[in-house]
Amino acid sequence: MLTAVFVMAGLALAIGAVLGFAAIRFRVEGHPLVEKIDAILPQTQCGQCGFPGCKPYAQAIAEGNAEINQCPPGGEENIHKLADLLGAEFKPLNAAHGVPKPRSVAVIDEELCIGCTLCTQACPVDAILGAAKQMHTVIAAECTGCELCLAPCPVDCIHMLPVGESIGSWKWKYPVFPLTRAA
Amino acid sequence: MSSPHLAMASSVSVIMGKVMLALIPAIAAYVYVFGPAILATLALASLTALVSEAIMLKLRGVPVQPFLMDGSALVTGWLLALSVPPLAPWWLVVIGTAFAIMVAKQLYGGLGNNIFNPAMVGYAVLIVSFPVPMTQWLAPETLAAQHLDLGQQLAYMLLGSLPEGIRLDALTMASPLDTLKSQLQLQHTVREALALPIFGSVGGKGTELVAAAYLAGGAYLLQQRVITWHVPAAFLGGLVAISALFYGADADRYAAPWFHLASGASLIGAFFILTDPVTGPTTPKGKLLFGAGAGLLTYLIRAFGGYPDGVAFACLLMNLCVPLIDMYTQPPVFGKKGG
Amino acid sequence: MRKLHRFHGGVHPPDRKAESTRLPIARAPLPRRLVVPLHQHLGHGAKPLVQAGDRVLKGQMIGRAEGYVSAAIHAPTSGTVRALEMHPVPHPSGLSDLCVMLEPDGEERWVERGPLDYANLDPQALRLKLRDAGVVGLGGAAFPSYVKLSPGARQRLSTLVINGAECEPYITCDDMLMRERADEIVQGVRLIRLMLHAEEVLIGIEDNKPEAIAALRNAVKRGTLRMDVVPVPTVYPGGGERQLIKVLTGAEVPSGKRPVDIGMACFNVHTAYTVHRAVAFGEPVVSRVVTVAGNVLAPRNYEVPLGMRVADLAALASPLADTSGYLMGGPMMGFELPSADIPVVKASNCIIAKSQALFPAPPPAMPCIRCGRCAQACPAQLQPMDLFWFARARNFGKAQEYSLFDCIECGCCSFVCPSHIPLVQYYRFAKGEIWAKERERKAADLARSRHEFRQLRIERDKQERLEKLARKTAAARSHAAPAPAMQEAAANPADDPRKAAIEAAIERARTQKATITPRNVDNLTPEKQAEIARIEERRKKIREMARDRIEP
Repeated sequence: MLTAVFVMAGLALAIGAVLGFAAIRFRVEGHPLVEKIDAILPQTQCGQCGFPGCKPYAQAIAEGNAEINQCPPGGEENIHKLADLLGAEFKPLNAAHGVPKPRSVAVIDEELCIGCTLCTQACPVDAILGAAKQMHTVIAAECTGCELCLAPCPVDCIHMLPVGESIGSWKWKYPVFPLTRAA
Repeated sequence: MSSPHLAMASSVSVIMGKVMLALIPAIAAYVYVFGPAILATLALASLTALVSEAIMLKLRGVPVQPFLMDGSALVTGWLLALSVPPLAPWWLVVIGTAFAIMVAKQLYGGLGNNIFNPAMVGYAVLIVSFPVPMTQWLAPETLAAQHLDLGQQLAYMLLGSLPEGIRLDALTMASPLDTLKSQLQLQHTVREALALPIFGSVGGKGTELVAAAYLAGGAYLLQQRVITWHVPAAFLGGLVAISALFYGADADRYAAPWFHLASGASLIGAFFILTDPVTGPTTPKGKLLFGAGAGLLTYLIRAFGGYPDGVAFACLLMNLCVPLIDMYTQPPVFGKKGG
Repeated sequence: MRKLHRFHGGVHPPDRKAESTRLPIARAPLPRRLVVPLHQHLGHGAKPLVQAGDRVLKGQMIGRAEGYVSAAIHAPTSGTVRALEMHPVPHPSGLSDLCVMLEPDGEERWVERGPLDYANLDPQALRLKLRDAGVVGLGGAAFPSYVKLSPGARQRLSTLVINGAECEPYITCDDMLMRERADEIVQGVRLIRLMLHAEEVLIGIEDNKPEAIAALRNAVKRGTLRMDVVPVPTVYPGGGERQLIKVLTGAEVPSGKRPVDIGMACFNVHTAYTVHRAVAFGEPVVSRVVTVAGNVLAPRNYEVPLGMRVADLAALASPLADTSGYLMGGPMMGFELPSADIPVVKASNCIIAKSQALFPAPPPAMPCIRCGRCAQACPAQLQPMDLFWFARARNFGKAQEYSLFDCIECGCCSFVCPSHIPLVQYYRFAKGEIWAKERERKAADLARSRHEFRQLRIERDKQERLEKLARKTAAARSHAAPAPAMQEAAANPADDPRKAAIEAAIERARTQKATITPRNVDNLTPEKQAEIARIEERRKKIREMARDRIEP
């Protein structure tokens, strides 16, 4: 009886020591969690999650101060990815933070723009070009579609234009496979 | 619609039709050797296969007609019918076929999705559950003390009744492999055992003719490119290699390679069962590995296992390994040699 | 006799080539209008150089090459530009792209042109001339040729492969071109060889085209340069660049690399022909030979001005009554046109009229039974059934691991599939999704870095402002006399004596701002004025808000 206890205790100690040593010696220096979460987030910097940008939201998720379902632009797909990364349960998108919309870019109506620069200050990715009292324009390729420029505009000259399908972005569709529909 | 806009006139049902056509010589040989009972067994198996398939398709909410017409259920039914003893009671055939189709095929998702060869699953279930009727093989007509005509055979199959004065023992005997196994257990040498009347020139009397017919059918399938040479060659090669090894070591206790080739399910296995594409590997190297492994296992079960023949279990065991085999035998892609 | 190699797989579809080779190449008559897309090649589209109303001459550049991978576009005939607008172009999507609508004047007046003095031209200059002549690969991919005409770091290539295989069913445009214009092709090949410094020239032609082989052999004999005209076995897709190189030389172009990486180059015979026309006559690519075949009364090859609509072209060959649509390209790799109102472009080698009898609708797809025929047929030695599983399950990572991007979309797998699964479409779908994901990832990375930079900038500005302030405060304290009022000091709360002056300055600025009114306010409609009033109202509010923020 006593021998068994000693053997088990000895084994536990030895294995524990080996594991402890391995944990220190072979430690894998990975990306910190925040970086990994940030890599999944869509980087629209729209703040719909309630944080001023994607990085702060990633920080909050990592610290457990935010749910993973607060990002409408990322959609369900990103929630799944976050759930996988964090080993958390999938939750449907929290509608309080908004609903996913088709990808759009902001367009400034150049007739109406008065050149107030309020939108350039609001743009989180510096995608609006223009100086004071000059007409502004959006660099479409760099616009994330966050809509943050809509509210500050005093003349409501900015609207969101959905990005349509072009020859460059067109994709072959998933083939229709009627027979295996139920399979 | 995406290109290509042309397609060959091939289809799943054409392939299955060719497989059934290739089985015809073997069925003819069966009739010649064992009498017409096999035809009734085949009909029963076909009917059961189609009915079970239809029921399962309906339950799964899948269109019934195209899948029923693809012929895959019929092939499964035929292979099972050719695996059970020629004079088998009706319930044996029905249980085996229904299990093969309903459980082994449809529960896994139907055509193309099953992991295990359905016919072999059916066979395995039968031999485990009903060992006695599964080992009572009808004696070849040249050996049997008494004969049954078609009507009498049907009566036995459906009603279990035999004509006055005829006992089942007089009609059936153990299969050649079974006989060899029990003889060896009685400390007889292979040479002594093979002197028994049940054995013919290379394999069992009569059954060697059936085996030859399978070979002919296999040649047709190869010629039609329904199957490739890899699995049959590797399986038969593997079987010959290991049996030659043991035969060379001790010819008294281990049967010769040609005996193993001509006996049991070796040839139907090589050309019709192991070549099932759904449950086999797809890469050329994988097919060789799969066939060789099945050959090895078949021999080990025959020589050292508890069952007289090992093709079915070898097939199922190798089916298990298919995803692994495929993963490790990916052929080099164009322009990626050595990299 | 040259030792040929073989590539894995391939199929033998019925070739249907005889019908369209009975008659010589005919010149297609000018249609009433031409639709010339500005993007007829791989890479960047051309930048338009004309406007509606412009008169252009035949061969005049109407679109300038933009970016490295691009080529120029020229007016296919003389006439008037009616418009510059979006029009459906030949693309599987059927979407529109920018096109020049040209109304021919029927005079076919050429722009001034003349032979290039290629012997005295610097190779780079000659390449740019070819780019400006709009020379692109006419085999189907329309890759700008001048990019491929650079031998790269090696300075010289070992082998120049000329592709006359033309393996797709129905298509005979290269065949007829080789039969009728072999000398010009050989001249073009000579030029290409010169530019690439290739040691050896191999012209691969499938052995189902004996006339073309004979014609090219004769032309080579008449020329001064040694070239091998090599008949290759007729197997689809033997005309694929990688496959032809393998057959002729035994070399495999490594995955993800180009032939030039192993010291080879491959050009289509029709491309060689246009190189010759561009150099010897100064003629840009304004027409090409197109096979019109399929469900038509008189299948034939036509020399077609680019921009001619399929409807006009097909009409020349009299489509039969039961024609149900048109394919552009071959039946194995071409695509169905959504309508006949789509122009012929540089990549269009064939127009096939469809009918139910010639192209029956495929039977419904059945599940994959893993029969492995696709793997036996795949010239890229892939495992199409595995790729199909991964693409179907949207497991794109695994699909890439199984070399999805080595698929050349030749269609052999779908062709042999007994379950009639649209395999190629699955692969295209998977590739498209992967590319889209990649684009998204790039956009996110860009947004992230721009956002981070912005945060950094704001932080830096704040820091700088604070430092400046600190310096000024220190300076002000050390000087006894108060400095003159400065706008920047407005926020300085520490300096009591200056506060009044600053307040005054702000007030001045404020009144000045209030008096400024936006320009362009003369002659406005009442609605506009009302709108401006509304806007002014809002601006005032904003200013108030801003003031609140500035002066807490």
